[in-house]
Amino acid sequence: MEVRIEAVAKDFDRHPALHEIDLAIASGELAALVGPSGSGKTTLLRLIAGLETPGRGRILFGEEDASRLSVQARRVGFVFQHYALFRHMTVLENVGFGLSARPRALRPARAEIDRRARELLELVQLGGLEKRYPPQLSGGQRQRVALARALAIEPRVLLLDEPFGALDAQVRRDLRRWLRELHDRTGHTTVFVTHDQEEALELADRVVVMSQGRIEQAATPDEVYDRPATAFVHGFIGESSRLPVRVEGGEVFLDDRPTGLRADWEGPAELFFRPHQALVGDGAGGLAGMVTGGRRIAGVRRVELELGAAHRRVEVDLPLAQSCAPGTLLAFRPTAFRLYPLAGEGRPADRAPARQLAHG
Amino acid sequence: MALALPALRRPSVIPGFGLTLGFTILYLSLVVLIPLSGVVWRTADLGWAEFLRLATDERTLAALKVSFGCAFAAAALNVVFGALVAWVLVRYRFPGRPLLDAAVDLPFALPTAVAGIALTALYAPDGWIGGPLAALGLKIAWTPLGIVVALVFVGLPFVVRTVQPVMEEIEREIEEASATLGASRARTVFRVLAPSLSPALLTGFALAFARGVGEYGSVIFIAGNLPYRSEIAPLLIVIRLEEFNYAAATAIAAVMLAISFAMLLAINSLQAWSRRRYGHG
Ligand SMILES: Nc1ncnc2c1ncn2[C@@H]1O[C@H](COP(=O)(O)OP(=O)(O)OP(=O)(O)O)[C@@H](O)[C@H]1O
Ligand SMILES: [Mg+2]
Repeated sequence: MEVRIEAVAKDFDRHPALHEIDLAIASGELAALVGPSGSGKTTLLRLIAGLETPGRGRILFGEEDASRLSVQARRVGFVFQHYALFRHMTVLENVGFGLSARPRALRPARAEIDRRARELLELVQLGGLEKRYPPQLSGGQRQRVALARALAIEPRVLLLDEPFGALDAQVRRDLRRWLRELHDRTGHTTVFVTHDQEEALELADRVVVMSQGRIEQAATPDEVYDRPATAFVHGFIGESSRLPVRVEGGEVFLDDRPTGLRADWEGPAELFFRPHQALVGDGAGGLAGMVTGGRRIAGVRRVELELGAAHRRVEVDLPLAQSCAPGTLLAFRPTAFRLYPLAGEGRPADRAPARQLAHG
Repeated sequence: MALALPALRRPSVIPGFGLTLGFTILYLSLVVLIPLSGVVWRTADLGWAEFLRLATDERTLAALKVSFGCAFAAAALNVVFGALVAWVLVRYRFPGRPLLDAAVDLPFALPTAVAGIALTALYAPDGWIGGPLAALGLKIAWTPLGIVVALVFVGLPFVVRTVQPVMEEIEREIEEASATLGASRARTVFRVLAPSLSPALLTGFALAFARGVGEYGSVIFIAGNLPYRSEIAPLLIVIRLEEFNYAAATAIAAVMLAISFAMLLAINSLQAWSRRRYGHG
């Protein structure tokens, strides 16, 4: 079921949690909401579910205006961060709860409810645990019971709030892959919140980046990573270094010194590049910085550099074999970078669109 | 100790089991068991036939019925309305909430005689509440209904204060989960919330009931104390004592002791069952 959010805003005691938001989630899509703490992810999810009422705007399920429907009538599967399982019910009763709560005319017979609940438990790979109570399960198992319970009502939309938030890294990775497979199999329109951007990039068809109650960008993982719409997105998704520069006559200057980079821009800007998108070593030319430290990250050595009198910090990646002692001077040149308007130029830089992708 | 008690000597991470058990038994003996066994002892002096005659005396039976019946009714009412009060205190923030919260404890703190006099003034046929009700043909003061009113008053904090912390533990998300799964408000209350509260509700009931059975001060003013009708067992004991009829007083006390103990035991096991079923620690 397609979900459309049209100009939805939400205040809590006059404090805006969401400014006007527009977002369309295609039928069968798996969308991830990411953003810093307090950016409004949970609020948006709860608005879709009907657990909060929007101050303005509409939420459409297909052609139906869901804002008019009660929580019960919306038929959304909501998986809470802390699972919210009913602890006095067995796993089977938990999963069957939604079906037995249906109005009498639509309610399947007891045996049918049990059969379907069992089927769902098989689907989430928990067959055999029907008789257990939630406190007798591990975190990952509870998470899957919560998911099965949400799936039981044949939801029109599946909403998950930080579904793997409370689990350890290994379990997260397994569940992530498993959720992707499950989604591909069942095809539910799904929105999940995560604060783990890696999770969002790996799992989602579309990544929605939020900040301070606004959507910064909603696009495919590739798009969000390779062409961040705003400085905020660039800084938030993936590793990046930033440098305040100015562009004159198409040439990029840092502290009034030419960098050898060229860009279609005029005036001050903020330059972003990723550590792995830099050519490092003698003859790289352009920029140079003093090595202040380094650490190994998986297959590369990430080196911290300080540039100029202002001690601006950037990070670049080196091959593991190449060592460089602190204190040495290292030349480098970003192979790809993006420029964004500087903060304080009338509008906040984090919100203004990027105008340039240039190759040096 | 050479005598091994396998069931009691299970290794535990918390040390000092032997010491604390010993202390508990000694303390309970001094404070509870020895005084109570005094009652049993005195009863035993009476001889069985004499005891039976005194215990099944018509006035005694009527008083016991009034005492236990009213305490039961009051505790049941308190469970319903105490749970409501606790719910309001836990779930809603409104001006005056701290005042209401403090007011719940008043019956704990108030001398029971003060409560009795105040309630009597209110519910007497010429009182603020008693007046209109009397016009409707409902007499409260000087009837068993008055006793129930007094016992509801003194028992309320027991229910509220036992249920409140457990309610606070129930996350709002539990209710929201139930709603997203399509459950109506009523279904959420009775199928989701109430079961997880049932151990606490039972405890609250037991406490309010026990308090009601033993209550004296607030009841004797409002009850009117008509023999056979609105006379409670504790009052009858006092009356017998004043008549220097120690044998009868002891007999009534022994019967009350036995019934109370049996009921509390029953409630306790019901509670244990319910905790196993619904609580999980
Ligand atoms: N019930 C509420 N009452 C008042 N303010 C609220 C309420 N719920 C959320 N807020 C505020 O709305 C803003 C957005 O909150 P929200 O919970 O949606 O953030 P989030 O993106 O989910 O953050 P996190 O990653 O920490 O979960 C925050 O500033 C928060 O303080
Ligand atoms: Mg959140």
